[in-house]
Amino acid sequence: MDKYVLIPLLPLTAFVINIIFGKWIIKEKAHWIAILAVLGSFAIAVSAFLEVLSGKVINYDVYNWIVSGNFKVTVGFLIDQLTAIMLIVVTSVSLLVHIYSVGYMHGDGGYYRFFAYLSLFTFSMLMLVMGNNLLQLYFGWEAVGLCSYFLIGFWYEKKSAADAGKKAFIVNRFGDFGFGIGVIMIFLMLGSLHYTEIFGKIGTLQGQAINILGYNVDLITLIALLLFCGAVGKSAQIPLHVWLPDAMEGPTPVSALIHAATMVTAGVFMVARFNPIFNLSETAMNVVALTGAITSLFAATIALVQNDIKRIVAYSTVSQLGYMFLACGVGAYGAGIFHLYTHAYFKALLFLGAGSVMHAMAGELDIQKMGGLKKYMPVTYWTFLIASLSIAGIPGLAGFFSKDEILWLAYNHGTVGKIVWAMGTAVAALTAFYSFRIIFLAFHGTFRGTHEQEHHLHESPKAMTMPLMILAVGAVAAGWVGIPAALGGSNAIAHFFEPVLGHPHVTAAHEEEYMVMGISIAAAIGGIFVSWIFYSLKPEIPKNLAVKFKSIYTTLWNKYYVDELYDFIIVRPVKWTATNILVAVTDGKIIEGIVNGVPAAIRNFGERLRKLQTGYLQHYALSMALGVFVILTLVLIAKGR
Amino acid sequence: MGGAMVPLEWYIGLSAVIFIIGVAGFMIRKNIIIMLMSIELMLNAVNISLVAFSHYLQDLRGQVMVFFIITVAAAEAAIGLAILVSLFKNKAAVHTDEIIEMKG
Repeated sequence: MDKYVLIPLLPLTAFVINIIFGKWIIKEKAHWIAILAVLGSFAIAVSAFLEVLSGKVINYDVYNWIVSGNFKVTVGFLIDQLTAIMLIVVTSVSLLVHIYSVGYMHGDGGYYRFFAYLSLFTFSMLMLVMGNNLLQLYFGWEAVGLCSYFLIGFWYEKKSAADAGKKAFIVNRFGDFGFGIGVIMIFLMLGSLHYTEIFGKIGTLQGQAINILGYNVDLITLIALLLFCGAVGKSAQIPLHVWLPDAMEGPTPVSALIHAATMVTAGVFMVARFNPIFNLSETAMNVVALTGAITSLFAATIALVQNDIKRIVAYSTVSQLGYMFLACGVGAYGAGIFHLYTHAYFKALLFLGAGSVMHAMAGELDIQKMGGLKKYMPVTYWTFLIASLSIAGIPGLAGFFSKDEILWLAYNHGTVGKIVWAMGTAVAALTAFYSFRIIFLAFHGTFRGTHEQEHHLHESPKAMTMPLMILAVGAVAAGWVGIPAALGGSNAIAHFFEPVLGHPHVTAAHEEEYMVMGISIAAAIGGIFVSWIFYSLKPEIPKNLAVKFKSIYTTLWNKYYVDELYDFIIVRPVKWTATNILVAVTDGKIIEGIVNGVPAAIRNFGERLRKLQTGYLQHYALSMALGVFVILTLVLIAKGR
Repeated sequence: MGGAMVPLEWYIGLSAVIFIIGVAGFMIRKNIIIMLMSIELMLNAVNISLVAFSHYLQDLRGQVMVFFIITVAAAEAAIGLAILVSLFKNKAAVHTDEIIEMKG
């Protein structure tokens, strides 16, 4: 057995041990096994990364999973540049979240269960990114969805948490349905599910069309869009974004790990992984870019007015995921993955910081009831500030380089690129605004909560602040591997990704790049400045605006009524069908009719039949005599003919 | 042989009459002893016809069969009476309308 197998195997082992022995034997020590396992995975992932860095690409099969006729699927690992970076992101953030959870989940009744699920999640995510074939990716894809469901509904006694878990699972079904069909189509058309074979043969499908309901649809576009369907669900893009904000019902470390840094980025990873397919279809690319850009703008506007600290960060996640798709859609896969990688650190940091605030506020989430937390929890404040500066795109920090790379490459990508660039820049300003809204409302000013809460305020334990500080280093420095040439850097990460993801050729002058950069910096600083005026200097302005533009405010406050719309067009008709047709007719009449009707008929028949048993011997004798008479008569008649 | 022989039809007629008396007795009477006797009547009615046919056809197999039937009838009567005695001991009843536990 070689070491790469151990990367997913260690967390799996930790899961098995914790889930079996956790409840009775391991109990409060559950974190040791989980942390050691993910630490081991991290160490091996780093060594694998170094090997990839030196130019090696690891691709081999471990064993045959399914062999049936010409359908052959193996469990195999592909560790190229894209996977290597994902391995680092997944294992490092997972490790930090594990450590943070020791403090955050302390004393929870389901302590062992929590760590078991985290391990299972880490295993599934690693299988997803390491697979060398589509079915293994699909396995990981569904498994991370399952873990997400487990962990959102971790506090299942709470109805909202259980509901949110179900919502996440069901909404993802919609996307995964498309994804599943996409996988099947790829197998039908190309006869294989292995990446190397898919990418080798995909060119042969070029120009082929398939007839669907009388329309000729380009085959590659269709496959690409079906795959993208899965990504839309998993990465919470419009129109399937509704589950992610609700997923915040789960424990905060879960929000950081699954619903910010890793699982939700699986969609971006998948689109980047299948870039040879997407590149062949301009339509699909434009759909990806526009979906990303629209989602990004849409989520950012909702985040402007929300008061729940975790929900703001959740909408910010949706928005940043939109950014990544925007990048993929303009062919800048490398920039998209670069943003995925920097985003993992600053967004995990934001979530863990929010968790630290919740810890101090005894579960309070409303930023209107916070204020002045800066002096009570300095570590949380400073790390949160760094993350906010990073996500806002302040030069020098991680978020700046990745965001700028995306905007610059979008700017150079024709008309669609210009449109999404404009949207992306607007989002940059909004992002800066709502990120600093949290800073000013929660950490500055005076405390607006109850006295009890104020008395309770305290900095979080070491186990929680240490991951915050490490992530803060990531939120600052993660972007330094991608300093663009225009700023005197070498853009090492783009060159690193080039063999797998390609790199758009940009000939524009540095001056133009400075202009694009300047606009986005201005947007970021403008956003922060307006936020400062609104929430620090003149707090009456946002209140007046909310009154003045009441309709806009309520629309944003109610998240564009998307949940209500879905409730109306999907949930209610489905429920109606379920209760009035499935329960009442199919189940109540047909199935129960058969199940109850057959025994009832037999019983009825028996009731009648037992009347024959009178118990009088003479009756039996008479029937025997009559029987003999009848039979003899018949025989004689038959003979006589 | 010779002289006025009783023709076969008479034997068959007698046999039929006795058989019908047996059937009727079995069905009409409720006393089990009488019913057992009715069964004996039916069996012996068959015996008469068997013997008559045996003579008519000059074939001894019919008479061999009669011996079997007599043996079986004796055994049947013995078992029937044994059941009857035991029934009377347990239920003090010899009439079939008093023994209707098997009523459905």
